[in-house]
Amino acid sequence: MVATGEHINESDLKKLAQQEKYQLFGLTVPYLIMVSALIIIPIGWLLYMSFIGRDGTLSFENYERMIKSKAYLRIFITTFKISILTTLICALLGYPLAYFMSQLSNRWANICMIGVLIPFWTSLLVRTYAWLVLLQRKGVINNMAIDLGIISEPIKFVHNTSGTLIGMVHIMLPFLILPLYANMKAIDKDCLKAASSLGATPTRAFWTVFFPLSIPGLLAGLLIVFVLCLGFYVTPAVLGGGKVIMAAMKISSNIELYFSWGAASALGVVLLTVTAFILYITSKLVSIDQLSGGR
Amino acid sequence: MQSNALNISINSITKTYGDFHALNDVNLEIKSGEFLTLLGPSGSGKTTLLMVLAGFTRPDYGSVKFGEEEVILKPPHLREIGMVFQNYALFPHMNVEENVGYPQKLRGVRKSETKHSVDEALSTVKLDGLGKRRVSELSGGQKQRVALARAIVFKPKILLMDEPLSALDKKLREEMQIELRQLHDSLNITTVYVTHDQKEALTMSDRIAVINGGQLMQLDTPNEIYRRPNNAFIADFIGESSLLSVKVHGSTTYMGASEICANQTPGRDGDYLLMVRPEKLFLADKTEKDANFFDGRVEESIFQGESQLMVIKLDPEIYGGQELRMRLPNGSETMQALPKIGEKISVGLRFADSFLVD
Repeated sequence: MVATGEHINESDLKKLAQQEKYQLFGLTVPYLIMVSALIIIPIGWLLYMSFIGRDGTLSFENYERMIKSKAYLRIFITTFKISILTTLICALLGYPLAYFMSQLSNRWANICMIGVLIPFWTSLLVRTYAWLVLLQRKGVINNMAIDLGIISEPIKFVHNTSGTLIGMVHIMLPFLILPLYANMKAIDKDCLKAASSLGATPTRAFWTVFFPLSIPGLLAGLLIVFVLCLGFYVTPAVLGGGKVIMAAMKISSNIELYFSWGAASALGVVLLTVTAFILYITSKLVSIDQLSGGR
Repeated sequence: MQSNALNISINSITKTYGDFHALNDVNLEIKSGEFLTLLGPSGSGKTTLLMVLAGFTRPDYGSVKFGEEEVILKPPHLREIGMVFQNYALFPHMNVEENVGYPQKLRGVRKSETKHSVDEALSTVKLDGLGKRRVSELSGGQKQRVALARAIVFKPKILLMDEPLSALDKKLREEMQIELRQLHDSLNITTVYVTHDQKEALTMSDRIAVINGGQLMQLDTPNEIYRRPNNAFIADFIGESSLLSVKVHGSTTYMGASEICANQTPGRDGDYLLMVRPEKLFLADKTEKDANFFDGRVEESIFQGESQLMVIKLDPEIYGGQELRMRLPNGSETMQALPKIGEKISVGLRFADSFLVD
């Protein structure tokens, strides 16, 4: 064949490529519709409502109250305190477990994974009330400890911060373990062998090679847990017994007790902004695809 | 050059996984400064043996000595060996310089000294000036060089390599084979190299240890292993060969109805295989005296660039229809007169090249 310099079939080939692009885009349409209907429009509505005062006119009074009122400040502090503590405890418990699972053979890792996932799949409400049954004054744990003579007076586990933390850590732990485990599984085992053949003790190899390589997964887990904690409602409401008031609970009471949609919306907007800000900062630290467990 | 390399003594190393014998009573003496290749098919136990040397696999029993020192109970990080892995195993969160400097950092070497040794190692593997590169920016060949630099920077006396070139394309692999061999010669370091590629083993090694089914089958120089394999497995695995069944009766060897003359006379009667290397066959020239001649027909004739491969079906009435492969270098004058497919052909094999295996 002699090259003619003609671009044979060029336009048809381009058309085909275009067509494929549209077809792929078509797959995202249902999701786009859902997102706009269920997220973008309601959030816009929320934003609008937050600027409506008690008398029904546009005003900043909802935000002003939040800044001036001590009660709100206390709620924000509690929310952050509980969220940070839960996240830290999750990390301390979850990291060693994820590490342990990542070192097992696939068979045993899968069995452990089921152990992580079964509570994850159980209803949140069921688990929260289960903790109440276990931890309350005349609950299973206190009764057993008294019967065994370990303590003489029941310990106050629930209706306080510790009860809230126990419940929340239990519920949040899988969210930390799953991305972290996926990350750890993807770390090349030969890298650790290499480190140790080059003279690194197991401890040194862990801190200089394994840990740095697991940071993206750890950050992803921390982020998910922290963000979920910020807006958590059921568990602190039940196990906190009204003594631990977090932002989500205040939103609910604003609506249910005071019928103040404006105040509730303003709190929602603040919570959303904080979450978006945290996401933004984290995305600067690690790339987004690493956060979702990919590499 | 002053030798500071170590010899390695491997004694009765055995490793079982359940009923499976990964290594079965392996004994092997590796000389100091030697380039020894562990060659075998996948699952043969060659990598397990290397991992025993490195300390990553604990055998059921046996002894490994580096020089005079027993190391079998020593953890890997105290064995002072350089190791190169199949998939490079570079640390992705460090740049080239940090990777190569890692062993020095562990040893508490001063920064200026580390810098010097890292530059030296990088220059040894021809990567001068790439110290600041990220690992992800390197090509496969460059990654393997970095891994090599990292393994030699602390001047270990033993270097272990686990199929280091298998991820590279053919051309680069062949270049690296020669380079690795030159590097070994200049560093004078005892090297144990694992591969399943027989050609690679022949190209690089001082000696080859052929391993199959967890056992050491033959330990010899590439030349000896190629010329005088211990058994049919090795004859088949290393180089190309046609194995033709023959019978030995007293001092005579029969192939079908025809009597042939082999290089050696085995001690006992019975069935053997005649190993025929394709390049040792020649178009029959009946003036040659010390050769066996075989008649047959051309089944296939394939042009392969540097050579012409011919598949010959031997006369079924005399030899029972066995097949032979013959390889003729291209460009020789005989090419003109080569019989076509389906035509009769007569080929010769010198007595000296007629080798019997079990």
